[in-house]
Amino acid sequence: MSERTYLQAIGDGLRQEMRHDKRVFLFGEDIGVYGGAFKVTQGFQEEFGSWRVIDAPLSETAILGGATGAAMMGLRPVAEMQFADFISCGWDHLVTVASKQHWRAGTPVPITIRLPSGGGFSGGPFHSQNPESSFAHIPGLKCVCPATPADAKGLIISAIQDPNPVLFFEHKHLYRHIKGEVPDEHYTIPIGQARTHQEGEDVTIVTWGAMVYTATEAAAQIDDLSVEIIDLRSILPWDKKAVLTSVRKTSKVIVLHEDTHTGGFGAEIAATIAEETFESLDAPPRRITAPDTPVPFAPVLEAAFIPQVADVVAGLREIAAY
Amino acid sequence: MATRTAVDVVMPQMGVSVSEGTVTKWLKNVGDTIQSDETLLEISTDKVDTEVPSPGTGVLQEILVQEGQTVSVGTVLARIGGEAVTLRREPLRAEPDLPPPLPVSIPDQVDEPEPEPAAVAEPEPEPESAVAGQQEPVAPSGNGRASAGEHTFISPVVARIAAEHRIDPATVKGTGRDGRVTKKDMLAAVESAATAVPEPVAAVAAPAPEAPAPAPAAAPPVPPTPATAARPVEADAGEKIEPMSAMRRGIAEHMRRSLDTAAHVTSAIEVDMSKVASIRERLKGELKANYGLNPTYLAFVARATIDTLRDWPLVNAEIRGESIVTRSYVNLGFAVALEGGKGLIVPVLKHAEGLNLLGMVRGIADLAERARTKKLLPDDVQGGTFTITNPGSFGTFMGTPIINQPQTAILGTYAVVKRPWVISDDTGRDAIAIRSMMNLTLTYDHRLVDGAYGAQFLHDLAERLQTWSEPDY
Repeated sequence: MSERTYLQAIGDGLRQEMRHDKRVFLFGEDIGVYGGAFKVTQGFQEEFGSWRVIDAPLSETAILGGATGAAMMGLRPVAEMQFADFISCGWDHLVTVASKQHWRAGTPVPITIRLPSGGGFSGGPFHSQNPESSFAHIPGLKCVCPATPADAKGLIISAIQDPNPVLFFEHKHLYRHIKGEVPDEHYTIPIGQARTHQEGEDVTIVTWGAMVYTATEAAAQIDDLSVEIIDLRSILPWDKKAVLTSVRKTSKVIVLHEDTHTGGFGAEIAATIAEETFESLDAPPRRITAPDTPVPFAPVLEAAFIPQVADVVAGLREIAAY
Repeated sequence: MATRTAVDVVMPQMGVSVSEGTVTKWLKNVGDTIQSDETLLEISTDKVDTEVPSPGTGVLQEILVQEGQTVSVGTVLARIGGEAVTLRREPLRAEPDLPPPLPVSIPDQVDEPEPEPAAVAEPEPEPESAVAGQQEPVAPSGNGRASAGEHTFISPVVARIAAEHRIDPATVKGTGRDGRVTKKDMLAAVESAATAVPEPVAAVAAPAPEAPAPAPAAAPPVPPTPATAARPVEADAGEKIEPMSAMRRGIAEHMRRSLDTAAHVTSAIEVDMSKVASIRERLKGELKANYGLNPTYLAFVARATIDTLRDWPLVNAEIRGESIVTRSYVNLGFAVALEGGKGLIVPVLKHAEGLNLLGMVRGIADLAERARTKKLLPDDVQGGTFTITNPGSFGTFMGTPIINQPQTAILGTYAVVKRPWVISDDTGRDAIAIRSMMNLTLTYDHRLVDGAYGAQFLHDLAERLQTWSEPDY
């Protein structure tokens, strides 16, 4: 065990899996010589060489198209989008080809796409989004959103080993803010299993990524309320059972995410809760999300956009009083 | 919302960025009366100049900010009192004493496809054989009213706990928003019910069937419902699970209660219906032509039953507490099965003792028609003193129906079939003849009706049918 930042933990996982499996290679903008926009892959080119840590041209289309082809030929590419926002350039390769190849031709497409996502640092509309729900709608993909360093390491290794295209959403705000004890050895965490971040009796908060910490802080601010926080860790597949079990216990649930409201993955969770455990509910399931706008640039507006601790406190108080 | 307290007039917020405003002119003086929404004063802000309408109707009692003064948003400018009517809405609150939204289980689904129910079937198919099943009649369920309580929202989980533990949420004190009963409130109630002395009468969620007696009847006590949880039922492979309808719950409760209450005994008798059959054949055309009615076997049996009950009053009686109640009248119930096993209702022909055969035919036809068109009124299914059930329409020859509490007996009528039967001819010699035969059963409460008494009732009834004399009816 060592204390590692979220960013270091991802780097550790990548490094160990590259040592473990020679088919794994990295492909992205400025990941080699420069060590990546966020320095996740600093020193990788020195250890693994420029054929396994490839600086790509400024084209997400080329990166995702190349990764898809390489995966079909038997390699295990890890593609990096400098910002998750840019993945839209590669939509066609991912959604039309990679996600469906196994169903069309039986060919596995074991790509991992690393997606630095999320806002909170005035990155504006092109550098702050959380596009996970767009991809959670695509059968054949997997979407992973770890919140802790230990999960980030175990899940990046699982993502690389998975025979399907896996989108790995790394929240930028967590990179250096969050530290935690991380096992030193090479290990995996199964994709699709939620983690109970905190046990409670009165209200369940279902969330993932950076919002896990927002939820934790909010829960700590209300003394007389026992809040259970479920960190989904992946939203495709997502751990329905864990969520339903918790909701059956507490009967009140808030789904919290940083992505925008309409069609956000919280809608899927809320609908599933209503469908499958309606008779456990003591209050309407509630969503706390960003509003339906692009991410604003100005710090004040961005703070109003991203769900804040105070928003969650208010939501908790309201649902508790229902 | 009427109130006699004063209403404040405040400096309004005239825009997001506006923080203060200046009173430019008062249009009313202290002591003037003013209507709600009538312009009271004019104000000026750095964005707009505008009029301020009165927030209520009443008398301008006080002006607190004079013309020319600038004050911040929200400052009280004046007070309106007297018979003020505020525009401010108080939080919605439920009216007390409204009945909670429990289902009222007057049957509204009476599927009765055949135009002529209420008839004893003959072996040859006749369109008139559509009524009663073997099940025993059940009185309509109660009015669905639980104890008085507030009309508040019941959340799904509260509804489930209420059903599982048979606790009426209206009896639980709510601590949620607007007094809503929360899951925690229900769980606390379950816990205290489990430890309390059993006194569950107020807490029975399912409406209990109403006693069908016309007089203020002391119905047999409903066995207390245990507060133990009914576990959620889970389906095994190949099983399908659906909730019980209110009617089915009522029937189930009534069936059990009747068996727990009465000492059921059944006697049967064979009746030669040949005479009735020939009279019926003759009457068919006449009644059809004159009244559009069909004289069913059931009408004959019912008519003969009325007269026989007069001679054997304990069969048309009731045990009420420690007393025996007999009657000078007969409210005759007919068990009517709903299609598809959906249940059973028992419409009642009131004061059937005053009906001749034609009246009986018409009365039964009317009940059947209204059962079929779902036009039975709550009163039509209450107050029976004796019941006839007719499983014979499906060809059965014997059954043991359950008594419709708090009555003491129920008559079962069975299929009319042609059978070889030994008769004595005019010379006193025996001969085998083909006769239209029917079985009747009387199921009676042995607490009140002795075996000989019940048998004599049956004997007399059979005799009346076998020797049916047209002018008498």
